[in-house]
This record gives sequence, C-alpha cells and structure tokens, in this order.
Amino acid sequence: MYLTKEEEKILDGEMGEVQERMFRLLVRLGDIYGADKMIPVGSVQVAGVSYKSIGDPGTEFLEDMSSKNTKVKVLTYLNPAGMDLENWRKLGFPKNFAKNQLRIINAFKKMGIVITSTCTPYLAGNLPRFREHIAWSESSAVSFSNSVIGARTNREGGPSALAAAICGRTANYGLHLWENRQPNVRIKVNTDLVYNSDFGALGFLVGKTVKNKIPYFTGINNGDTDQLKSLGAAMAASGAVALYHIEGLTPEADLINKKDLETIEIGKKELNDTYENLNSNEKPDIVIFGCPHASLREISSICEKIKGKKLKIPIWICTSRLMKEAADRMEYTDVIEKAGGHIVSDTCMVVSPIENMGYNVTGVNSGKAANYLPGFCKQKVVFANIDKLVEEAI
Amino acid sequence: MKGRIISPGKCKGAAIVSKEPIGFYGGVDLETGIIIEKNHPLEGKCIKNKILVFPCGKGSTVGSYVIYGLKKNNVSPLGIINEETETIVATGVILAGIPCIDKIDISKINNDDEISLDADKGIVEIV
Repeated sequence: MYLTKEEEKILDGEMGEVQERMFRLLVRLGDIYGADKMIPVGSVQVAGVSYKSIGDPGTEFLEDMSSKNTKVKVLTYLNPAGMDLENWRKLGFPKNFAKNQLRIINAFKKMGIVITSTCTPYLAGNLPRFREHIAWSESSAVSFSNSVIGARTNREGGPSALAAAICGRTANYGLHLWENRQPNVRIKVNTDLVYNSDFGALGFLVGKTVKNKIPYFTGINNGDTDQLKSLGAAMAASGAVALYHIEGLTPEADLINKKDLETIEIGKKELNDTYENLNSNEKPDIVIFGCPHASLREISSICEKIKGKKLKIPIWICTSRLMKEAADRMEYTDVIEKAGGHIVSDTCMVVSPIENMGYNVTGVNSGKAANYLPGFCKQKVVFANIDKLVEEAI
Repeated sequence: MKGRIISPGKCKGAAIVSKEPIGFYGGVDLETGIIIEKNHPLEGKCIKNKILVFPCGKGSTVGSYVIYGLKKNNVSPLGIINEETETIVATGVILAGIPCIDKIDISKINNDDEISLDADKGIVEIV
C-alpha cells in the first residue's frame, strides 16, 4: 500500500506509541483487503461502549490508551452505553455496573470523543454527506449511512473505528470503492409494509438469507427514514449486510448495475412466518421501543397512543440525549412518565443489563432487538407492531 | 491447504466447525467461551483452546472487542480458519494476537480433526 511521508512517520512511531499501534492495525487491514492507499475520513462512530459488551479487558484497553494523552482527529461519536448516563439511579441500574460504565465514558471523553451515546448519530448531529468517506462501526448506523445517505464506510470493528478516529484515516478498500457497492441479489417484495416492525421482520428474514451480500430491493414503494433504519438494523443483525439499495428510494439505486441478479421473492406468508418465528407468544413484562434509537417522530407517536392511560407494565423508549431533550420540551416525556413509561437515553435494551433488573419477557417492534435479546439478555421476545405492543402494556 | 494470512502465529489443536456464520457479540460468552446464540449449530459448545472453523463473521461490530476479551480471559480459540474473514473478526484477531487465515475450503475440515495452523505462512494441515 502507498503511504505518504507523514503516514510513514506515524508508522515509525514519531507521533507516539498509541498512534503507531493504531495505524499499524489500519495498515494491516488495508494489506489484507488490498487497499491501495489511506484516505481521510470525515467522521467516526465508535462501537464497544457498554461495560456489558467489552468487560474488563476492553475497559483496560481504553483506559490505557486515554492515559497516554491520545486525542481523536475528526468528529467522533459514541455508540450507546450500558445505562442512561444521567438517570441510571432512578431507572434501577446496578451501582457496580454504573461505576465501570463511567470509567469507560471518562476514557472516551479524555480522548476528545463526543459523549453522545447513540446508534443514530445521523439524528443527533453527526450527519455525513453523499459519497463522504467515514469510519463508522455500529452495524445499523453503518447500514443507514451507506444505504440511505450514500456515504461510504466498511463495517468497522470497535477498535478499528477508534484507530481511524485517532489517525483521521482509514484504508481504501471494500465499500469505499464504487465497484464494491454493486448489488449481488435482488429481493422482490410482494407485500405491503405498513408498520416499522414489518420492515424489521423483512430485514431479519433477508439478513438471515443473504448473509453478507448487498441486496437490491424492488416492490417497496414507500418507507420513511424510521422504517429504513429498522430494515437495515435487522439485516445487519441477522446477517452482515452493510449496504442495501431500494428501487426509487435510496440514492445509489439508479446508479448501480442491476443486471443478472439472482431474485428472491418475499410475500405476505414469509413475513407472517418471520413474525411467528421471532415470537415466544408469552406475556411481556416490559415493552421497549427504540432499537435503533427512536426518532422524535417515533417518540411522539408512542406518546399519542398512551396519553392519559395507565400502563400495567413499563414501556421504555430508548433514544439519544438530543431527542430526549426535544421530547422534554414538547412535554412528551411528561405524558409518558405519567402513564408509567420512561424515555431512556444514552443506552438501549441490547447493551443494558435488563436480565439483572427483573425482566424475563420483552416486547419489541425491532427485528434487530428480537435477534439479540434471547442470546445476550436471556429474554423471551414478543415481536409485534407498535399497536399490539401498546395494547399489551395497557 | 493454503490461504490468506489475516493474523500471524502458529498453533495446533482440535477443530470445532460451524457451517453457519458466528456473531461474537451476543453469540459467545466472554467469561467462558461458550456459544450462547439460540439455535446456533454450536450452541452450548465451548471454543476455548480449539481451532475455530466457520465461514464468516456476522452481526454486531462489537465482536472485535469480544474476541480480544476472550483472549484476555484465557477462553479464546487457539486459532481461527474462515472462508472469508470480514473486518470485525480480522480486527479482533489482530488485536488479540490469535493466528487466523481465510480463503480456505472449510468443507474439508470436520469436528475434532487435529489441525496444524501456520498463519505465518498461511497454511493449514489436517494431521
């Protein structure tokens, strides 16, 4: 791989030990995947923030790095942490967990990383442009920025994204290159998608089926950004889909080569079967929305549905601190709390220790959450649309 | 068989083979090295001190930290062999120093085969 003089100096350790080590990782990845050179990145999003996900080894790794006066070079956001960073006491997060979580947050902050913990940075002040090279890591954020915005990022591992932030660069391979952004399977959707959970179910099924391919969808006539984030999140969880195109909806769909694609058809039956497969058919003891983090539109629609009602079981809405702030001002938070629900920010159900907080069956409308909750939070899942879940909770 | 070097090093051990992709985050327990993903073909099996063979990674990008953590907790596989190593697994094994190669026809490897992996040269042998 071609390296500039400045880049060679980093490798020689002239910019310090941490930069050298991190740059070595990027060069190694570039060599493996056939990169010709390094490219500057416009922004970074770092995953691996929850204490639950990275444990003591990850915490020590980050503390060691931050203790050496390491600073990031570009706008860098964080993925959700394992708890609400302000209201963790009120929400019942364990104290010892909180202590370790705050160690991690402090290490990131010391490195100059913005402590906005969200999987939807594009809704919270970190918005890339079409064709901008970025290094993001949370799998649904990667999918959204590649597919819906048309920015360019590989699925970065937590540490490789951090390396890109510290070096301000990433290796030029994979989805940074136009030829690798072409679809290799066509998904023909023969049913109407109404609820966000319909997009989640479709995403779950497609991800399972196509694994790490790039799907080109036809037959999806409409879909707002909330629904597209739900679709992409599920595909990235059940498979490793980092980029998808939708005829008429996503920016690269008219530009790509769509010839000779194998076609998979998905209809009402397949979608219903997916709902069935993801559903334990038990009674939920908590309902959690906001995977990926809820937009203000999603928060306001849940708010409308539970206004003036009394909840039998708690509803949590996970979102970024910025959306929470807007919800506070619009008094959505007040309405939701009066009904017995909570808006939880900085975290989500997948990375927080809900299994230690007395919950066993979780209701979700997210294909991604339905994919992860059984393994990682030992939860049984009720997967349904927002109306059915609200009905269960009232 | 000869493949592509992902992370250098040498090791020998028994193979544990998955025909399905593995997502390390939420799929492998950080403390024990046991596969915990529901309905995964290796669910309940331990990958500690084995040569782990699977087609490719999947799922969350936090998987790199899980691989690093497995090594620090002494419950990691000795080596990894893939059809196609994507960036999540590659970052994890490089950081953890676990020998790894890809571009291998993994259908030729069966559970409990004695494997010699030379990831310095990119060679895997079934002993």
